[in-house]
Amino acid sequence: MSLSLSSPSPITRSDCTAVANAYLCTPRSLRFCGLRREVFESKSLNSLSVSTRLVPCPRDSSFKKVCAALQSNGTPYKGGFDYDLVIIGAGVGGHGAALHAVEKGLKTAILEGDVVGGTCVNRGCVPSKALLAASGRMRELQNEHHMKSFGLQVAAAGYDRQGVADHANNLASKIRSNLTNSMKALGVDILTGTGTILGPQKLKYGKGGSGDTIITAKDIIIATGSVPLVPKGIEVDGKSVITSDHALKLEFVPEWIAIVGSGYIGLEFSDVYTALGSEVTFIEALDQLMPGFDPEIGKLAQRVLINPRKIDYHTGVFASKITPAKDGKPVIIELIDAKTKEPKGTVEVDAALIATGRAPFTQGLGLENINVQTQRGFVPVDERMRVIDANGKLVPHLFCIGDANGKMMLAHAASAQGISVVEQVSGKDHVLNHLSIPAACFTHPEISMVGLTEPQAREKAEKEGFEVSITKTSFKANTKALAENEGEGLAKLIYRPDTGEILGVHIFGLHAADLIHEASNAIAMGTHIQDIKYAVHAHPTLSEVLDELFKSAKVKVNSSSPVVHPVAV
Amino acid sequence: MSSLLQSRTPSLSFSSSLCSTPVIRPSAFFLKPRSGSRIPVVRAKIREIFMPALSSTMTEGKIVSWIKSEGDVLSKGESVVVVESDKADMDVETFYDGILAAIVVNEGETAPVGTAIGILAETEDEISEAKAKATSQSSSAPSPSAPNVEESSPAPKVDAPSPAVAAAPAPTSAPSTPGKVVATPYAKKLAKQHKVDIGKLVGTGPFGRITPEDVEKAAGITPAPKSNVAVPAASAAPAAVPPKAPASFPEIPGSTVVPFTTMQAAVSKNMVESLSVPTFRVGYPIATDALDALYEKVKPKGVTMTALLAKATAMALAQHPVVNATCKDGKSFTYNSSINIAVAVAINGGLITPVLQDADKLDLYLLSQKWKELVEKARAKQLQPNEYNSGTFTLSNLGMFGVDRFDAILPPGQGAIMAVGASKPTVIADKDGFFSVKNKMLVNVTADHRIIYGADLAAFLQTFSKIIENPESLTM
Repeated sequence: MSLSLSSPSPITRSDCTAVANAYLCTPRSLRFCGLRREVFESKSLNSLSVSTRLVPCPRDSSFKKVCAALQSNGTPYKGGFDYDLVIIGAGVGGHGAALHAVEKGLKTAILEGDVVGGTCVNRGCVPSKALLAASGRMRELQNEHHMKSFGLQVAAAGYDRQGVADHANNLASKIRSNLTNSMKALGVDILTGTGTILGPQKLKYGKGGSGDTIITAKDIIIATGSVPLVPKGIEVDGKSVITSDHALKLEFVPEWIAIVGSGYIGLEFSDVYTALGSEVTFIEALDQLMPGFDPEIGKLAQRVLINPRKIDYHTGVFASKITPAKDGKPVIIELIDAKTKEPKGTVEVDAALIATGRAPFTQGLGLENINVQTQRGFVPVDERMRVIDANGKLVPHLFCIGDANGKMMLAHAASAQGISVVEQVSGKDHVLNHLSIPAACFTHPEISMVGLTEPQAREKAEKEGFEVSITKTSFKANTKALAENEGEGLAKLIYRPDTGEILGVHIFGLHAADLIHEASNAIAMGTHIQDIKYAVHAHPTLSEVLDELFKSAKVKVNSSSPVVHPVAV
Repeated sequence: MSSLLQSRTPSLSFSSSLCSTPVIRPSAFFLKPRSGSRIPVVRAKIREIFMPALSSTMTEGKIVSWIKSEGDVLSKGESVVVVESDKADMDVETFYDGILAAIVVNEGETAPVGTAIGILAETEDEISEAKAKATSQSSSAPSPSAPNVEESSPAPKVDAPSPAVAAAPAPTSAPSTPGKVVATPYAKKLAKQHKVDIGKLVGTGPFGRITPEDVEKAAGITPAPKSNVAVPAASAAPAAVPPKAPASFPEIPGSTVVPFTTMQAAVSKNMVESLSVPTFRVGYPIATDALDALYEKVKPKGVTMTALLAKATAMALAQHPVVNATCKDGKSFTYNSSINIAVAVAINGGLITPVLQDADKLDLYLLSQKWKELVEKARAKQLQPNEYNSGTFTLSNLGMFGVDRFDAILPPGQGAIMAVGASKPTVIADKDGFFSVKNKMLVNVTADHRIIYGADLAAFLQTFSKIIENPESLTM
């Protein structure tokens, strides 16, 4: 079955099954794509009455349940459990799962040992976006040439460090209270304390010791997230040698900071620091900066985000030892060759930010009680987020989502995984297609991507014997981008010319993070290029970059099922 | 086909019409026969990398970045440079193996389609030759920093300021670790950009590191005002006042804008510079009957009025060395050992000042001959720098146009300049009340008051007038 599908999924076989499931209900020739389904639905509704369009689709059997669920947190399923679902960790992943569980009528509790919101809200995406928003404006105002090209004059731009830091902090508290309130309003029980699994469907929580409360749950989701990874030999003092946790507080702006790691976190902080006047030295273990990005996008990004800025870099080296500034000495970073381990000199800077990635936070979870062994700290799971024990068997009623399973360490991926788990425990099989999850780096301009990179696509094509085509479009060709004086940018589409399947989309340019969703939705819904290219985009908007991309693709098949009768609305 | 043209001595000739066929990926360097060379012999395998035409409408391109640096070994098909056209940025690949010997057009600069932007050498031995070629190319391009030798400043300087000193100031504090250079990322970038040897700098930053300011200082650049860190609230008020917009003049329809030539640009620069010197002016009427009579006598022997005036000025200057002096630093007198009279000459919309060196020592006839040579050289743009910038005193004569008086702007680097008006018959009353008509001219000297005072100029002019009124000494 999976072989005959037009959209083979590269991660696991089961993904294909999921896609297959989605398709099973309809004949192949009438494969629904997101857009056309809309058309069909409104068509049928229109024939009844226009006003019915606003009423939720009556085919949705869960509709009544949702209404009921909104009034209470449901009642335990059966069998005397305290809860239907207990989620350990109230980060973005746990929050997404909790909300969806209530919607499905499950009695839900969420455990949090620290603060609601987890890494993303308190020490990650959220405060960093606040810093990036402030520093992005700073960068713009300092760019005399840019301002001049608008005909604007700006007196020397300046910033107040504490003001910028406060903005980040205020945003985090605001989002945190929003998150808390949204769960309270739905009646999710927020339990305080760290959770420990005692056995199947049983856990305790509290501050540790005898005061702990034992609860039972039909299903348990581990969503404990991650903490910054600090490699051996690096001494973090929180002042001159810091992690993203400290950096987000923006307690000082060093004149010269070394950033160890040039992934998303490192790149975003380089954007913040250089805009605020720091000079930056990147230390990257791989041979090129920005590993993980599509090489072409990485190259362009380096040209725009690194080369013209006050940044230099050492690649192919590890920071084997970092000593914080003390006794009148600067921060000293000792470098060794990443391959040969030979010393490669030292770097002396005012501060060092460790952005080498994140380590799962799974200690104290009591995984040993259910015979689960973590791998480098990660909880092993299958494609349905079901936890696998040391014998390779599934642990019933136990799931792990988000950074703790390491599949895709992104807040929205965790949330999507949580929703997928809730779908499963409420009786509907669901497998998340990770290739449809977009990712974004919020530099100025932004970088975003979904699906495969070009080398990954070529490798897969080689293995599976299909052809890969690439099409690209420049932001220089986009009216809105030019109006904003932001013509620097590239969008790249990787696709199969034989089927029109979208394999990957990569965007570097103004508001790339917001633009990617048209592509990620298309991948999620299985929409093919020959169909989506007829969708209309408002003019002039940045979204026309994607429009242009889809239209420039050369697909060898025609529109899969053309709309025969135009629908008047 | 987009074409990153590359020329090469052997004449493999691709017609340029190939270039106009539009193709998406710029991938090739075409061969272009170097103009003038028709010998099908490989002399040296040095190729020029040309600005490619990336689209049919592209007339010039901007170098976004050089992917390769000078000295990098290139292999065929590798991306070398990123060029921004009117439409998009394109990576441009090399069609040859070789070594990138020199970058002619730097990042961020613009070059017309078809001009050389870099030089590719085939082997290491040819790098120096290629570099020399690159230098000749960049110097022939109009560049404000490297004025052409012939077209130069009209206001000669006794001593032109030496070019930006690349050496660092003497060490003020001991560097942290000997033998190790710590420079910030931006400092390194600046050093590369301005070709400053960072190893020779002494850092003044924290822990003895080399800061961008250190590099700028070494490169002779005034550091850009730094510090974007505002003190909360304090800077808000003054910063709110927008900087004064550059004066904009009302546009008059139909006007045309003609950019300065190099010579005109140099004049403009010197004139603005002159504003920093406190000058004053002293005028003096001089009877010229005797001089006119002498001129009539010596004219057949090839003596010109310019030579006469220069000689007279030089003789007067010999008695008043302070008027021949220069104030270089605002703190001292620099007495010049020779008296070199620069004479302003209008030439093809420009202005140049050939110099009669040692005008006090040469006799009138030699001086006249010298002057003729200089004027001819000036016309042919063959004046050597010391023939136009070694003046110690300038003479400007508009008398032949009937101008009766004017004042001149003191050229930077000199102490005084004399403006000579026309000699005209004037009614003069002497002390006994007798009237007579005599030829008189007005001279007006502009001088640097830091070193030359009113009495000095008055005394100098008195001497000068005596020489003119009794010109026999001029022929001696």
